Amino acid sequence: MPVSYYIILASTLFCIGVAGVLTRRNAIIIFMCVELMLNAVNLLLVAFSKMQNIATPPGGVIVNGADAQIFVFFIMVVAAAEVSVGLAIIVMMYRNVHSIDINFLNRLKN
Amino acid sequence: MNALVLCIPLLPFLGFLIVGLFRNKLSRTMSGILASGFIGISFILTLVIFFSHYYSANAITYFDFISNSQYNISFSFQVDQLSTLFMLIITGVGFLIHVYSTAYMREEPPEHFARYFAYLNLFVFSMLLLVLGANYVIMFIGWEGVGICSYLLIGFWFKNNQFNYAARKAFIMNRIGDVGFLLAIFWILTKFGSADYSVVFSNSSTLSVADVTGITILLFVGAIGKSAQIPLYTWLPDAMAGPTPVSALIHAATMVTAGIYMIARSNVLFSMSPVTMDIVAVIGLATAILAATIALFQNDIKKVLAYSTVSQLGFMFVALGVGAYTTGVFHVMTHSFFKALLFLGAGSVIHAMGGEQDITKMGGLRKKIPITYWTFLIAVLAISGFPFTSGFVSKDEILMAAYAHSQPLFWLTTFAAVLTALYMFRVFMLVFLGGFRGSEEQQHHLHESPPAMTIPLIILAVLAAVGGFVQLPEIFGGHDYFNEFLAPVVPAFKHVGESLAVQEYYLLAGTVVGLLIIFLLCKKWYAVKQFEGKYTGIKNVLAHKWYIDELYDAIIVNPFNNIAGFLKSIVEKSGIDGIVNGVGRFIQYSSRQVRLVQSGMVGNYILIMVLSITVLFMVFWNQDLIIGFLQKIF
Amino acid sequence: MIALLLILIPFLTGLAAFFMREGKMARNWSLFSSLLTLLCIIALITNSVSASNASFDIAWLPFLGSRFTLAMTGMVKMLVLLNAIIYFIVFLATFKRAFVQPGRFFGLMLLMQAGMMGVFLAADGLVFYFFWELALVPAYFLCSQWGNEKRIQATFKFFVYTFLGSLLMLIGMIYLHGKTPDHSYALQSFMHANLSLSEENFLFWLFFIAFAIKMPLFPFHTWQPFAYEQSDTSITIVLSSVMVKMGLFAVLRWILPIFPHAAVSNSHIIIILGVISLLYASVIAVRQNDLKRLIAYSSIAHIGLMCAAIFSGTVPGMQGVMVQMFNHGIIVAGLWITVEVIETQYGTRKISELGGLAQKAPVLATLLMIMALGNIALPLTSAFVGEFLMFSGLFQYSIIIGAVALISIILSAIYTLNMVQNVFYGHTLPATQDAIDINRNAKFAMIILTVLILFLGFYPQPLLHLVNDSVQGVLSGLNFVLK
Repeated sequence: MPVSYYIILASTLFCIGVAGVLTRRNAIIIFMCVELMLNAVNLLLVAFSKMQNIATPPGGVIVNGADAQIFVFFIMVVAAAEVSVGLAIIVMMYRNVHSIDINFLNRLKN
Repeated sequence: MNALVLCIPLLPFLGFLIVGLFRNKLSRTMSGILASGFIGISFILTLVIFFSHYYSANAITYFDFISNSQYNISFSFQVDQLSTLFMLIITGVGFLIHVYSTAYMREEPPEHFARYFAYLNLFVFSMLLLVLGANYVIMFIGWEGVGICSYLLIGFWFKNNQFNYAARKAFIMNRIGDVGFLLAIFWILTKFGSADYSVVFSNSSTLSVADVTGITILLFVGAIGKSAQIPLYTWLPDAMAGPTPVSALIHAATMVTAGIYMIARSNVLFSMSPVTMDIVAVIGLATAILAATIALFQNDIKKVLAYSTVSQLGFMFVALGVGAYTTGVFHVMTHSFFKALLFLGAGSVIHAMGGEQDITKMGGLRKKIPITYWTFLIAVLAISGFPFTSGFVSKDEILMAAYAHSQPLFWLTTFAAVLTALYMFRVFMLVFLGGFRGSEEQQHHLHESPPAMTIPLIILAVLAAVGGFVQLPEIFGGHDYFNEFLAPVVPAFKHVGESLAVQEYYLLAGTVVGLLIIFLLCKKWYAVKQFEGKYTGIKNVLAHKWYIDELYDAIIVNPFNNIAGFLKSIVEKSGIDGIVNGVGRFIQYSSRQVRLVQSGMVGNYILIMVLSITVLFMVFWNQDLIIGFLQKIF
Repeated sequence: MIALLLILIPFLTGLAAFFMREGKMARNWSLFSSLLTLLCIIALITNSVSASNASFDIAWLPFLGSRFTLAMTGMVKMLVLLNAIIYFIVFLATFKRAFVQPGRFFGLMLLMQAGMMGVFLAADGLVFYFFWELALVPAYFLCSQWGNEKRIQATFKFFVYTFLGSLLMLIGMIYLHGKTPDHSYALQSFMHANLSLSEENFLFWLFFIAFAIKMPLFPFHTWQPFAYEQSDTSITIVLSSVMVKMGLFAVLRWILPIFPHAAVSNSHIIIILGVISLLYASVIAVRQNDLKRLIAYSSIAHIGLMCAAIFSGTVPGMQGVMVQMFNHGIIVAGLWITVEVIETQYGTRKISELGGLAQKAPVLATLLMIMALGNIALPLTSAFVGEFLMFSGLFQYSIIIGAVALISIILSAIYTLNMVQNVFYGHTLPATQDAIDINRNAKFAMIILTVLILFLGFYPQPLLHLVNDSVQGVLSGLNFVLK
């Protein structure tokens, strides 16, 4: 399968994520969209890492494509941490303003 | 001898310090004696110099005042015939006026009495500095010093704001002249690297015509301010706000003649510039006539004398302008006798009248104050040029000098001299003849002044009567003692040849006849019982001094005040400070606007973030294009 | 060593003063400190200590190439002396006054003195900059805490304005540092920096604007009347007697020797600015009703003349500026003290509300008269010597400019005599009905100033002699360019 398929898929996912973040006001959905973008990147990383091995020219040294996959694990770990913090913030927010609409988060203004 | 010369100005200064600092502790008598005593000793020292012929062309240097690698201005005195003559006038007449003042100012409280004498002593000190200085800078120091003393003494009764304005006006008008004087000094310093008279005069031939004309005109501007000539003469009549002895000393006998001294001192330079000489003569003549016309219809006795002084100073400048320097100086001397006498006489009259200065309220004082009457008469005769009085001799010589220069000048000067006789006789008649026009109370109060006032009057009257004999024309059996005395410093005016000797007789006859006619006319007009002092038509214009003061207000004072107000409230406040504050306000305004970007809407932030990232990528991908474009622009 | 002491004495005594609660103690302490400083500099000027005391040098920030260097020329000695005298006079004249928070007041005052001493003494760019700011910061706190109702606003303007200038100077200094052959901040290295003409010109303006704001020169002057008007008079004395001299001094020490080419090529425009400053401020002073503003504008006028005279590049002009810095400081201090006396006693500074004081307070009137005469540069007051020399220098530079500048002596007479007349002469008004005369301390302070003014007016040689080496030094650099 050509790498462009993966790229298109990842880009689509990323754009969906961006669009979701920009348009939605619900904190949880925005949060999910952020996750979506992260995972789009993950997908891309994995795809590139896989394709890199295949694309090695004949006779050349076979390059180990595991680097990017390790990155992906890192990202997943960080994302998990982020989820815990982010959800905690959302919970706190709900407790304070009884809503998870991000437009209520403008208390710092003025 | 050097120390002796130094003592002459220092003694009055010492008097100023002692009387001024201890003014609260000294009694009136004590401060009067101290102040007069110091001047008296100075006078005696000057006499010592005069009789021992201690003259020298070399300056006596005491210390360096200002020195640098370009020029050195030393604090030095020049004792020669010219400065000695002026010192004699200053300390001599000054002493008499001090003595007179002890009686005239008796009603002041002791501390103000002492203050008066302190100022007077300071004035004498500055005036002596002016005439003694051996370079233009020392002269300028004295020049400004007398200006400030004049300011202090005109405004002596400082509770009256009118007097304060007069004082300020005098000082500021003098300052206008001082600008000219200072510029001349700088010019001289630049050309010669020195302001010493000896250096300047001995090297004067190196000057170009433009330089010498510039320097002399600027010096003359200084003289115009100090000696009250057109256009800066209006301060002198206002200066009559001061006590009368002050008017006699400063505004008649000494300070106002400083301009004549300066030109006589710089005769070498002035002789090199015919243009300046003509200007001097023309301005002198114009002032002589203008002031005399104004004096014709003034009702304040001191104002008449003030305009008379302006007019007489004009005569002196005419003499200087035609190159008769010694004659100008001679008229300074005779004028200081008779004009001081007139002022002191007027002071005596005012004293007798209890402070009244309006001549329409006087009249018939002849019997009440005989000494004042006789001395005043002598002064009037002298200033009108009655034959063989001091005024006759000096004025006659001015007329002769003018005659030798040009005929029109002669006739115009004669016209001014006729006017002089007219206004002086008018005052004389209105004050001493006719009937008394004042109030009952004033009539009751009339009395002759105490001896401290009358003795100076008598001495000055003698001088005014016989002072001319030192320079009596040879045709009357006299000799030019005065010119010969000054010859080493000021070249004597070359007397006109035999052909003009006849003119002297004409002049003598003309004077006698003219004065007689004027005397009779004035007697008819002014020796009267009732006198209103109201005028109409051209007389009114003259009584209002040609409206010159109003003209100055309209074209100089008011526009200046308006400009100052405009600069203060518009240019400064809204303009410059407006820009400065505007910068601050702009920053505050723009920060308020920029702050709105921080809306607090998370969505907006993210949108901006995404857009910015997109733009960054765009820029990154197209950087070659952009750099190329930028290079094309710059 | 004395050079260091001159900074250390006010600095340390100032720090100590902060901890003094009691007003009496603080003021005695600071009077003592100022007297000590004064004695130090007098000892140095009269050569009672060895001349090696006049400089000081120690490593400071070696990694930046900056050494803590202090050095003295005649001009520096004169200004240090001025600084010491003025502080002594200020503390003396205000001795009887009770200040709020006296410890802080006197502490800040002394710190400011230390800062100004450092500015005058520093011979290293960074040290100079450091002290330049050290002088400014206490001034900010002083002006904003002791003064009139709009003081915060005035101080803010003053601070931001002068700070802007300081930053320009700092930029210039860092740039200059890069261009020095040995990468140091020393004044000597600055003089040998390799600069192209355009660089020199650019740096010249960076420095000059900083100093022009401090002087202040038209059109950078608007902070000054406001600040003087709003701050406490004792602070104003220091600001206008000593601090504005920092600007002129810096031009003489940090611009002319370092950027001689630019100074010569820009002299025309700066002289014109100076003369505009002179005439413009004089005309505005004529219409002022507030005593403090009047003196502030008169001060701007005098500074404008001094600035113009500096750039005339002539011997008399330079000599005149140097002595006039001292003389103006002395005279303007006297004027401010009278304002202080008037304001504390009669509660107003409005000229229109005052009048007839000469009847009520003859001693004050006499002393003010002498100061006023100094202000109009009457001969035999010290200001005459300076102004005569400066006008003479301007006249040498250009006859027209000299003539135009001389008009100011008429204007100064108008506004000064206006003030004297309206405040002291005429009838008494409600505010001055029960006026009493000047108190003994202020009188003593004023008499010291008067004696100085009259003595230096009569015999200016000591002062001229003191600054002689500086005149030669500054001019030799310029003459090199002119040739």
